[in-house]
Amino acid sequence: MKTKNLKLHVWRQNGPTDTGRFEDHVAENVSEHMSFLEMLDELNERLIADGKDPVAFDHDCREGICGMCSMVINGHAHGPHERTTTCQIHMRHLFDEGWDEVWVEPWRASAFPIQKDLVVERQALDEIIHAGGYISIRTGSARDANEAPIPKPIADRAFDAATCIGCGACVAACPNASASLFTAAKIAHLGLLPQGQAERMSRAKRMVAKMDELGFGGCTNHGECEKACPKGISIDFIAQMNRDLLKAVITDRDVPSGHGDGE
Amino acid sequence: MELKSNEPTGPIDKRWTEHKANSKLVAPHNRRKHTVIVVGSGLAGGAAAATLGELGYRVKCFCFQDSPRRAHSIAAQGGINAAKNYQNDGDSIYRLFYDTVKGGDFRARESNVYRLAELSVEIIDQAVAQGVPFAREYGGLLANRSFGGAQVSRTFYARGQTGQQLLLGAYAGLARQIDAGTVKMYPRTEMLDLIVHEGRARGIVTRNLISGKLEAHVADVVVLATGGYGNVFYLSTNAKGSNATATWRAHRKGALFANPCYTQIHPTCIPRSGEAQSKLTLMSESLRNDGRVWVPRKKEDCDKDPKTIPEKDRYYYLEERYPAFGNLVPRDVASRNAMYVCEDDGLGVGPKVGDEPRRAVYLDFADAISRLGKDVVIERYGNLFEMYERITGDDPVETPMRIYPATHYTMGGLWVDYNLESTIPGLFVGGEANFSDHGANRLGASALMQGLADGYFVLPFTIGNYLGTVRQVSPLEDDDAICRDAIRDVKARIEKLMNAPSPKHGPDHFHRLLGNIIWRYCGMSRSRDGLKEALRQIPVLREQFYQELKITPTKDEGINQTLERAGRLEDFFELGELMCIDALEREESCGGHFRVEHQVDGEAKRDDENFQHAAAWAWTGDTAAPKLHKEALSFEYVKPTMRSYK
Ligand SMILES: Cc1cc2nc3c(=O)[nH]c(=O)nc-3n(C[C@H](O)[C@H](O)[C@H](O)COP(=O)(O)OP(=O)(O)OC[C@H]3O[C@@H](n4cnc5c(N)ncnc54)[C@H](O)[C@@H]3O)c2cc1C
Ligand code: SF4
Ligand code: FES
Repeated sequence: MKTKNLKLHVWRQNGPTDTGRFEDHVAENVSEHMSFLEMLDELNERLIADGKDPVAFDHDCREGICGMCSMVINGHAHGPHERTTTCQIHMRHLFDEGWDEVWVEPWRASAFPIQKDLVVERQALDEIIHAGGYISIRTGSARDANEAPIPKPIADRAFDAATCIGCGACVAACPNASASLFTAAKIAHLGLLPQGQAERMSRAKRMVAKMDELGFGGCTNHGECEKACPKGISIDFIAQMNRDLLKAVITDRDVPSGHGDGE
Repeated sequence: MELKSNEPTGPIDKRWTEHKANSKLVAPHNRRKHTVIVVGSGLAGGAAAATLGELGYRVKCFCFQDSPRRAHSIAAQGGINAAKNYQNDGDSIYRLFYDTVKGGDFRARESNVYRLAELSVEIIDQAVAQGVPFAREYGGLLANRSFGGAQVSRTFYARGQTGQQLLLGAYAGLARQIDAGTVKMYPRTEMLDLIVHEGRARGIVTRNLISGKLEAHVADVVVLATGGYGNVFYLSTNAKGSNATATWRAHRKGALFANPCYTQIHPTCIPRSGEAQSKLTLMSESLRNDGRVWVPRKKEDCDKDPKTIPEKDRYYYLEERYPAFGNLVPRDVASRNAMYVCEDDGLGVGPKVGDEPRRAVYLDFADAISRLGKDVVIERYGNLFEMYERITGDDPVETPMRIYPATHYTMGGLWVDYNLESTIPGLFVGGEANFSDHGANRLGASALMQGLADGYFVLPFTIGNYLGTVRQVSPLEDDDAICRDAIRDVKARIEKLMNAPSPKHGPDHFHRLLGNIIWRYCGMSRSRDGLKEALRQIPVLREQFYQELKITPTKDEGINQTLERAGRLEDFFELGELMCIDALEREESCGGHFRVEHQVDGEAKRDDENFQHAAAWAWTGDTAAPKLHKEALSFEYVKPTMRSYK
């Protein structure tokens, strides 16, 4: 079993208005089998024992599916290993890079205010979904699921888009802090399926308008989002979103500004 | 207290329909006068909140993650059952009902299980209409697979991400209601207590996990859909934040807790790699279809490269002990045997963690590769192999996988009647948090089904019946004295945790130790002496926890993740003790509860005469002396039988 001593520079920030700074630590005898978060757990246990504040960070499933973990490791959103979330990064991946020194930072984007240390607020991504990122169906009123067959290639493509875990790495990696990949994935998932057609245009229009309103930047085709995305969401979906948007503008017959029908 | 199940009588296939026909309703214009609190945004809570909002109630929904879409349901991999019979292989609602009652080892209520099977069909329709991209065949129709030894193919799936896709569907419904203004979402908000007023559940106390602020929220009805308590073991396949605080605090306020000792251990998880291990990852059970399980016959071979151990020195213990089923014996049998070879026989493999016995066995694909070819095996299991390699650094094509059982699901939970109402009027419980449908053992792909059945179809209806019956609850405001008192109590609890007399260790230190006790004495196999030992050790450790707990930051304001963990652990201590008491009281083996004193040839031996009941425990104020109430179970349709896998 390989072990190593690592120099850590961890971002510490007390709240949204604090300026923040890197704090230096040494992680001793780190085993290659540990996960990156377990290495931080150990650091935190030591800090607590010494009466110091542990590093705050978000995580939950630690299986790469909930989208809660969110760290920039040596400049890479979610670390060096492709298609892997922060929680699934293991120390051997860092050893493979030959790193003895590690800089850990939060997602940085104006739409994601830093709450503390590595914890950011990603409510803005939810707000984009609230702006029409759904199919309006009443509970209990659906017809039989097999009444409308969906060609497998279309179902598969919709699935590819639907695997987005809403982590926000695409935003963190983008020089413009754009949420285009996230938004496009949702629009494509629903817009590709026959069930999603009725609201397709209004959905695209509302969601993109919301994204702009929330202070995310525009897409200028850097492609950094696709590289950082742990689920391999393709940048092609952005092109598709732009086509839908164009159509929505052309066929615009005063698309309603939203709202479901519940009260 | 008499436990009334309130289940309808008459033919089982008409019970739910008749119950609905005879229930009270709330008129549309009156619904907006009622506030409903839903704690939890997983499949059960998310679906309930969305549907209640759609019906016109004013809904407040809470979760501790930063977004409702991250609830632990997201991690479910395998699939969801439904009696659609799309494959024309003889499935039916009755068969799913039958399988579930039998799978639960005759420890669940028949009426509830039948309703679950009945509603399973509608869940799939609902999910597809929402845009859930289930796997499809080339003809465009939905695909199914057989799961967990079922004789029919009734499992719907979305690659290995079924829970994620179903949760995104429920979340979309929730988003639609947030958009419509019927649901207000409170993410990063943790429920720390239940407010009971005039005998009814009327609200909750929460802590804002960003600001640290304590608040009271009042409502006409409270729904708990807060998931299971598997993290009492510290290491489990649950998400790190999964906790029992909401249900435990409701228990302390009068809700009975049923069958806490029924926990499920999954046989194929990735073993621990070191002392810092923080959680365990599940590998799909399907691996056992082609992998062969073995350990070395000789202790001195345990740390050797497995490829150098000759065939004659390998102990294929499942194949030898269970020739009929071999590597495909049920979850609990596979799990227990892995434990026996590692802990009793000392034949476990893999790296040593501390001075514990090695806890891992091999799952070997070499035979499958030489029989089917590498390509076929990779096509079947490639994504699982990749996941395994990412975590362990080993490629299962080159060297056998190492697996070990881990805690996965908890069948026990708050006791509820047919309406999913607890013993506190106005407190409803859905999903893994209740004890309702799985008896002593849950079948694969049935938890997602239950969460969604509860959320979409049962709770919105039975809550209407409750409100239609009660009509008006007495007025209560967020700042009434009773709410202020409730907040004060929570504050006192927090202060006690933050001011231990001789602070030494953070909460994880104690959680690991508690987990070791529960795993050792109340895990896969339980004995009278062991349980008594656990009941001696837990209070001692808890006392040490209160003496030596150290929390930084030392302020309760702002983000304090150490405090969050400490609060959850405090409740796990009490729940863990109740698990052991329940396991000691249940002098039989059934489902996930295996008592070494009750076995025939290594097989679980049920005692229907004395234990055909749900054990529902009441809080008395003394953790060591809860009061037991029994709900007798009767089986009109599925007659209890004993199982055998030899
Ligand atoms: C790895 C894994 C794989 C699985 N695979 C399958 C499968 O293939 N098929 C299947 O049927 N089942 C599977 N299961 C089981 C299934 O996923 C769960 O039982 C089910 O999803 C539970 O759903 P739930 O809605 O009851 O709770 P959860 O999804 O756990 O949601 C709990 C909610 O409550 C909230 N909450 C909890 N406590 C508090 C509190 N104190 N205050 C505020 N909010 C709180 C959380 O934020 C969350 O929103 C699997 C489980 C695991 C661990
Ligand atoms: S598109 Fe990829 S990077 Fe962006 S939120 Fe979704 S999963 Fe994360
Ligand atoms: S913690 Fe869930 S994806 Fe990383």
